[in-house]
Amino acid sequence: MKSVNPIKRGYLALEEWFNISFGPEWNPLYHLGTLTFFFFWVVLVSGIYLFIFFDTSLSGAYNSVEYLTHDQWYFGGVMRSLHRYASDAAVATIILHMFREFALDRYRGFRWFSWLTGVPTLWFVITLGITGYWLVWDELGLYVAVLSSQLMDALPIVQGSMASNFLEGHLTDRFFTLMGFLHLLGQPVLLIFALWIHVKRLSHVEVSAPRGLAIGSFLALLALSFIWPAVSHAPADLHKVPAVLNLDWFYLNIYPVLDYLTAGETWVLTIGITTLLMIMPWLPPKKTGAAAVVHLDECNGCGQCAVDCPFDAISVRTRTDGARWEYEVVVEDKLCAACGICVGSCHSSNPFRSSTKVLETGIDMPQFPIDDVRTRTRTALDALQGNTKIIVFGCDHAFDVAELQDPNVAVLSFLCTGMLPPTLVEYALKNGADGVFITGCRNGDCYYRYGNIWMDKRFNEGRKPVLRERVDRSRIAVFRGAVTDGKEIRDQLEIFTNQIARLKEDATISSSREIENA
Amino acid sequence: MPNAKRLLLQILNYTVFMALVWYFSFSPPYVRLTPEESMITLALSHAGKPAHECRRKSQEELAKLPPNMRVLEECPRERSPIKIEVLMNDKYVIDETVDPPGLYKDQGVDIYHSVKVPKGEHMLEIRMNDNVRVEGPTHHYRQAVSLGSAQLLVIQFNNAQNQFVLK
Repeated sequence: MKSVNPIKRGYLALEEWFNISFGPEWNPLYHLGTLTFFFFWVVLVSGIYLFIFFDTSLSGAYNSVEYLTHDQWYFGGVMRSLHRYASDAAVATIILHMFREFALDRYRGFRWFSWLTGVPTLWFVITLGITGYWLVWDELGLYVAVLSSQLMDALPIVQGSMASNFLEGHLTDRFFTLMGFLHLLGQPVLLIFALWIHVKRLSHVEVSAPRGLAIGSFLALLALSFIWPAVSHAPADLHKVPAVLNLDWFYLNIYPVLDYLTAGETWVLTIGITTLLMIMPWLPPKKTGAAAVVHLDECNGCGQCAVDCPFDAISVRTRTDGARWEYEVVVEDKLCAACGICVGSCHSSNPFRSSTKVLETGIDMPQFPIDDVRTRTRTALDALQGNTKIIVFGCDHAFDVAELQDPNVAVLSFLCTGMLPPTLVEYALKNGADGVFITGCRNGDCYYRYGNIWMDKRFNEGRKPVLRERVDRSRIAVFRGAVTDGKEIRDQLEIFTNQIARLKEDATISSSREIENA
Repeated sequence: MPNAKRLLLQILNYTVFMALVWYFSFSPPYVRLTPEESMITLALSHAGKPAHECRRKSQEELAKLPPNMRVLEECPRERSPIKIEVLMNDKYVIDETVDPPGLYKDQGVDIYHSVKVPKGEHMLEIRMNDNVRVEGPTHHYRQAVSLGSAQLLVIQFNNAQNQFVLK
């Protein structure tokens, strides 16, 4: 039995709760990235509206925000609240996103790049929020401005004292022009660039949250904006120290640290935590399996594996071996996650091909070649006893299918169920299996992102290579579950086995009648 | 699961999430100063006196130089560090020595330092040494101050008048 650490177990329980509430398609924990993008859209649209009324001057900034908040509460005030709460919600989803990747151990190995680039992206978001608070120019804005300047002053690259600018008589409207530029253009452009880098090693990147989840989140934000509208502190007063502040802890949590540490020490702490987070993928490192290997003799360059690869590790190029095909595929080893999804994509991964020689396919996994897959399937089927013979195909990253093995049930675990060629299901049914039961990572939560999705599309929606129409679907069941979902999977397997037994019984009765009638 | 039940669960989840967003967006309040406290900020921008005396060049040295470069004195660029002490009722609240920045330590010093102090009447004393060749303070300032709750008292140095200013 696979061991599951308490963090992962707890996280999976939470995920299951959301599956019950939202279903896998709308489960917010499966869409934390796209949900963050959605919150950014809300921030952008509301921000543009706020900017129309915002007065970028020392004397006018606060009053313009107050006008929006109180005189135009029904729209401007709501926009302001949406701007604030969507920004906060974005940080919450980013933190959940990071926690999820950590809890499910999806931050090491081939995923190091996304994790490493994600950490500074969070800082870009935080600094964007900080300049936003600055612009309101209330007591909180003044507090943020002075303490941020003290932090900047501690850097050896800054000459003079930036914090002294916030003493009476030093401040000018140019300050607001600069902050306006940073908040409205400079920082958002940097953030977009950082996000682009963050997803650079992924293909089929989703940036739109499912419609239902987006609508629900927006309505919730809207309700919050009406119930507890965001309001300002008292206007900034350079003679007074803001004594009690309602800090936005999502963005401004670093500032109270300055009460206990010097600015230099705060930088050391911040850089230390950031560095620790960034090097986490190597503490300790996780080994990625051997990269996929292309066998040009079996590859016609159709490019389906390149289309299906979730990590952009396969590309198509002009043929180099003089064969009659126009293209061939090439694997970039460094990017390969060793998921085997490409093997499931390849038309040549067909176990019905000559059984007298080694089965070779266009693209294969050295650690679990397609010939081994066929041989082990055949061996497992030959060993089955009893009246109802079931073969279970599973995934190494989900529930351990070895626990299901018994005389009636054969099991075979793949690197990912996306590696399963549809023809193997047909092969199993033709070579002794009465039913094929497929399990793997929970729906919507494939360890390799697209294994589940591609498999379902190959079986039901005509994605190549397809599961042929003539294959009896009533003898195939798909039920997915995480490593902690053993009971549910066992129950479903039992239901499926009974169903297959009934089908066999009906078929026997029907065949006896036909003989009698004949 | 029936749609109505699922919808209720979704509403519950959204409510919990947004309640958390709302709470941490404003709470818990951060008390920077209690009603019994005020703050002193030392905001100083001042260049120390040259750290070393100018040296008069000898006739031989001058003779070796081109005629247009025969300046009689050679003055090192390095400036003195600024040592500043702020005392309140004879107790130190700030005690700092800051070296001049720059590769040759030849630039002005900027100090920005805030400290919390109790509100009320206090005797404020500021001592500064900006000349390494002088023992003890080169500038001294003593003033009784009255600080209200959450009041900010800024100590600055007016370079033109060569004296401390309270704002």
